[in-house]
Amino acid sequence: MNISHVLARKGAGVITIRPKQSIREALGALAQHNIGALVVVEAETRPVGILSERDIVREAVRDEKVFDRAVRDLMTTDVIVAAPEDDLKAVAHTMTEKRIRHLPVVTEGRLVGIVSIGDVVKAQRDAYEGEVATLEMRIPPEQPEQS
Amino acid sequence: MAGVGTEGQPLRVAVIGAGPSGFYAAEHLLSAKGTVVEVDLFDRLPTPYGLVRYGVAPDHQKIKSVTVAYDKTAANPRFRFFGNVEIGKHLSIEDLSHLYHQVLFTTGAQTDRQLGIPGEDLEGSYAATEFVAWYNGHPDYTHHQFDLTQTAAAVVGVGNVAVDVTRILLRTPEELAKTDIADYALEALRESRVKEVHMLGRRGPAQAAFTNPEVRELGELPAADVVIRPEEAELDELSKAELDRTGDRTELRKVQILQEFAARPLTGKPKKLFLRFLVSPVELIGKDGHVVGMRLVHNVLAATAAGSLSAKPTDRFEDLAVGLVFRSVGYRGVPLAGVPFHEQWGVILNEKGRVLDPASKQPVIGLYAAGWIKRGPTGVIGTNKPDASETVQQMLADAAAGKTFSPKEPTAAAAEALVRARQPQAITYQDWKRLDELEVQRGRAASRPRVKFVQVEEMLAALSR
Repeated sequence: MNISHVLARKGAGVITIRPKQSIREALGALAQHNIGALVVVEAETRPVGILSERDIVREAVRDEKVFDRAVRDLMTTDVIVAAPEDDLKAVAHTMTEKRIRHLPVVTEGRLVGIVSIGDVVKAQRDAYEGEVATLEMRIPPEQPEQS
Repeated sequence: MAGVGTEGQPLRVAVIGAGPSGFYAAEHLLSAKGTVVEVDLFDRLPTPYGLVRYGVAPDHQKIKSVTVAYDKTAANPRFRFFGNVEIGKHLSIEDLSHLYHQVLFTTGAQTDRQLGIPGEDLEGSYAATEFVAWYNGHPDYTHHQFDLTQTAAAVVGVGNVAVDVTRILLRTPEELAKTDIADYALEALRESRVKEVHMLGRRGPAQAAFTNPEVRELGELPAADVVIRPEEAELDELSKAELDRTGDRTELRKVQILQEFAARPLTGKPKKLFLRFLVSPVELIGKDGHVVGMRLVHNVLAATAAGSLSAKPTDRFEDLAVGLVFRSVGYRGVPLAGVPFHEQWGVILNEKGRVLDPASKQPVIGLYAAGWIKRGPTGVIGTNKPDASETVQQMLADAAAGKTFSPKEPTAAAAEALVRARQPQAITYQDWKRLDELEVQRGRAASRPRVKFVQVEEMLAALSR
């Protein structure tokens, strides 16, 4: 299974924000969509960074006026991105190892989706459940016990 | 919609596509606690089971025995099957919305992905799925012709379908004669002159999609020696590091099996399977409109930003003399008229099985998806069970909240009347069980699991229609 298969089952697109928007707007978007990170884009689909709830929490401890600051100030620019063809297994491993919770998915510099660690865990769990269900089908039904 | 889902007014659901996902969804719906559901399962073919009948290879009969579970679902008095009825032809989605509270699409992934290289359309170049549907007796493919006078074939891809096609090409007529392969395919393969099959993987042995049992089976073919170049079976540094990092035992075992194949001497069997890695076709070479060869580029692996290994072409090329090419590099769903489709991923746009409106990203009332048309072509047959369950949970929640179609005539009788009016040759489950019995009977004389009916007219005639 690869990342495009994970995206295929996610339905709606990616929630994005612009670098010059405020942290207040970012928090609004995070709350409204019940998500943990926003992809920061320039020109509709070119990702330039990622802003997670953790980035905001960390800064809020230092600066109580964080609400009015720009997304640009707080976003992580050193973003690891995935490609649709990337193997799920390898990506899952990278996310766990590097403690990354969100990976924007990019094709030719264009943002096409995002996968969260939750999506990855779910995809793996579904795959295992499917294998178990298939194996169960091959076990003959239990014979009624002889009395 | 108060009161829907009761004895007096059951929740009526039309399921489109009688493959594994359609049956699993029906099973989940019919066993819903506290909601009375009636399911009508439609298929455009007269026969149920979808890819279990027309995809699973004929020499894998054991896998086909999952249909026992589907028959159990079909025995539920609230279940009906309408075969030989095509949505979009005999009935529209609008028709269904007058008869059912909900419509669930389980139509699968029906087309294959193209290679996108010059020469792909030459005579002798086919989609592996066409070959699969042909040897399995799918009525749409009965009249396809494959040029089996060629001696060398290439199968592009190392997934499960590629393995099936390779195995069928390399089996002896005696082996195939014990299966339920379509009669015409058995006859054509009897005359086959294919002696060499080159199976091509674009990445290395560690990344190949086939499973260990499948690859082991390739090494046990009675009439074919398997050949792997030792240098292609050897793991590159990146794959080695990746295996060390993940400690994936299944993958390690797969690599060991392949390396064991590479070390085997030829035993003089009449046919040969060349299992190749790190090569991609870049062009099919033609002569007089027919494939005569294939140009391959040798690849190396490179790590992507997210830590996956991808194939990168080098400047080393190789020409392979083959007269037959089967491409098996992925599948995609086919859009249905009036149902939102996601072109990029080849699925119906959906969230947990609820079909979404592409503009508003909000659920479209009454429409759902499950199986490959929902998530893309991944997983094994059983993967569709939890997948269907997820969709059914949304359907039941929506029904409880009154978010369904408001059908004018939500009765089994009204649905049956319209189906019969539009398609007098609709097939019931009883009809199918009769066909099944006849097929098994026809097989018994020849010690075969069954001899399939391969044309719709033939099926109807057998039922004295």
